[in-house]
Amino acid sequence: MSAPLVLGPRAGAKAVLPLGAAVGIFGVTFGVLAEDAGIGGVASIVFGVTTFAGSSQFAAAGVLSAGGTVTAAIIAALLLNARYVPIGISVAHAIDGPWWRRLAKAQLVVDESWAVGNLGGGRYDGGRLLGAGLVLYVAWITGTTIGVLAGDVIGDPETLGLDAAFPALFLALLIGQIDSRRALVAAAAGAAIAFALVSLVPPGVPIIAASVACLLGLRATAATGAMAVPDEGDATPGGGPP
Amino acid sequence: MSEAWLLVTIVGAGTILAKGAGPVLLGRRPLGPRLSAMIALLAPTLLAALLVTQTLATERRLVLDARAAGLAAAAIALAARAPTLVVIAVAAATAAIVRLA
Repeated sequence: MSAPLVLGPRAGAKAVLPLGAAVGIFGVTFGVLAEDAGIGGVASIVFGVTTFAGSSQFAAAGVLSAGGTVTAAIIAALLLNARYVPIGISVAHAIDGPWWRRLAKAQLVVDESWAVGNLGGGRYDGGRLLGAGLVLYVAWITGTTIGVLAGDVIGDPETLGLDAAFPALFLALLIGQIDSRRALVAAAAGAAIAFALVSLVPPGVPIIAASVACLLGLRATAATGAMAVPDEGDATPGGGPP
Repeated sequence: MSEAWLLVTIVGAGTILAKGAGPVLLGRRPLGPRLSAMIALLAPTLLAALLVTQTLATERRLVLDARAAGLAAAAIALAARAPTLVVIAVAAATAAIVRLA
């Protein structure tokens, strides 16, 4: 780290504002596409309120709009969100309060707030994390609501090419996730498995089947690029009662 | 319960638990390195699979259509270091234009 980061929720909210605008617009896109995928307006908004993880919500809508079953959509979305287990563990030392407050605060941890709250060296500032998370949360829900309302005006999203937003977004997210050679190999294997299965199994299933590529993680336990692995020393410094 | 609400309920509950598990239950105990490594690979693997199916699959068929053109444009925009929002807009606009043609 060069300059020391300003701590606290206000600093976190400020740092994430430009991203918040983008997340709001993604929310609009999600609202339009989710309604078109048959999720329904109110359910689409509640989806954001409870799940608050854009990539998995887009994934579920994508599976459904491609004709996949709701089971396939659920499994794909849950597998995608499994990464929040290690992410949650990595920030556990920065989130305090009784268990129900920790549970509530943990919901504000998404990829972007996690990045803003990162102080380097495996340490996180709970204030920055939560301030950023709150901005993103409000942006995401507001955006989704606007999208759901605008969906009726827009009509068929394909006319606007919005169905191409799915792969474009997944490509952008994927590039952010390729942080090691192993991740690249796993992604290539996942893509190959999905490609091979498209014509053989119902829509959505190829994505679930592709997840076996993560077994590559069993090989080479060298910790290169294991982004969310909290190391032993993380929890100790700065701990103790406030 | 409709299928949409089933989706929203199960994915919502599952995600709340996934996000909360560390801070609430495990506290400061880390996951094993092998499990961590596998979970870390889930996101890139699934995103790559989604990328393929959302670009090429229509039901059970592989088709090359406007979505592929949109993705190609998105890749160029990404290579030019455009912000994600611009990348998405470029992809959508390209797909829409290809469909008009």
